[in-house]
Amino acid sequence: MTADIPPQLTAKIRAAAHPDAAPCHCGGTTTLAHRPDTTVLRHAETVAKAHAPGTDPAALTLRLATAARLPGVFLPPLTPAPAAFVDDRPVTLWPYGAPVDPDAPDAAPWEAAATLLALLHRTPPAPATPPMRGPAKAAHAIARLQEALAGAGAHPAAPPVLRAWAALPDWARAEAPMPGPRTLCHGDLHLGQLVRHPAPEGPWRLIDVDDLGVGVPAWDLARPASWYACGLLPPDEWTRFLTAYRAAGGPAVPAEGDPWPALDVPARALTVQTGARYLAKALVADRPLDEVEQSLIDACARMAPE
Amino acid sequence: MQCPKCHAPMHTYNRNGVQIEQCSGCRGIFLDYGELEALTQLEAQWSKPVPPPAPQAYPAPPAPAWGAPQHGGGHHGGGHGHYGGHGGHHGHNKSWAHMLFSS
Repeated sequence: MTADIPPQLTAKIRAAAHPDAAPCHCGGTTTLAHRPDTTVLRHAETVAKAHAPGTDPAALTLRLATAARLPGVFLPPLTPAPAAFVDDRPVTLWPYGAPVDPDAPDAAPWEAAATLLALLHRTPPAPATPPMRGPAKAAHAIARLQEALAGAGAHPAAPPVLRAWAALPDWARAEAPMPGPRTLCHGDLHLGQLVRHPAPEGPWRLIDVDDLGVGVPAWDLARPASWYACGLLPPDEWTRFLTAYRAAGGPAVPAEGDPWPALDVPARALTVQTGARYLAKALVADRPLDEVEQSLIDACARMAPE
Repeated sequence: MQCPKCHAPMHTYNRNGVQIEQCSGCRGIFLDYGELEALTQLEAQWSKPVPPPAPQAYPAPPAPAWGAPQHGGGHHGGGHGHYGGHGGHHGHNKSWAHMLFSS
């Protein structure tokens, strides 16, 4: 269940958009996203995000600082620290950026996304930067699936997902530190994480610092890699993304040759994570998996045969 | 063997794997049973246009062994399966469009 939007949040963004307390003629506040763990509101050119309950404010501040010092990669935050707390949830303020049109995913800016990731991965992280939260999110998706299974009983798609999860190395399940050199990563790349700023024609920038941190950079390539491997993303779009990443000197994969030795574990983890999320949703809604969702489950089954 | 027409000796030649006898005097050619058909077939093969390139002229990018069957079970190349985003089998599938934009 998603609760109503807290009125304090609406008041906060209105005040942030009108710092001089001028009368508002903006035509109101719009909801850009409202999920159990995230609420994003827009008022004029200001966006306020209420982060998930339990978000560590100190870590969030470090993540905001990372975004602020990389204005060529991240949309820069309007304040260097959480601007407010609503029901113990930190609230951050941002300028509005124009997202990828969800009705035209074919126009996805694969090259821009890849180039921004390569720039991010090449940036030396500040010493205090917290870990990238990709593996923690994957573990969270599995926990949610376990909860849904406890409520709904068995499902034939669950064993392959859980087997594929168990077959991953400890670090990909957030049970051990990530290996390799400390590399700055986004942690949750998908097409909803890109906006043009200033809207509507400005350059593409990354948004969402919640999972930003040091870790294995191939994690940021792993969602498109998983979609390609599962037969969902066409080969030419995957090639565009990978080629642009390499052209920008991204360190997550070797500059030439087969990238899969580097991508395999993160792409398996993201496939399991996505499969677990959709399976949990289908269980809660008591509906069958569709063909796209099933393609993730099938990939899990091929990863870890019975 | 002698030429049935001018009686000069005939020599055996191999033309594209078909044995033919040619007269050393009148240059006439003698074909055994089936040899004319064999030559006609060969001619038809030669005159056929060059087959068009395969639909996917470029090799598909590498995919992992656990990848979808259209990747050839992880072997490099030969991908021609259906893909979610491009009016293929899934068309504008709702969950694919959602998946592109969510965690």
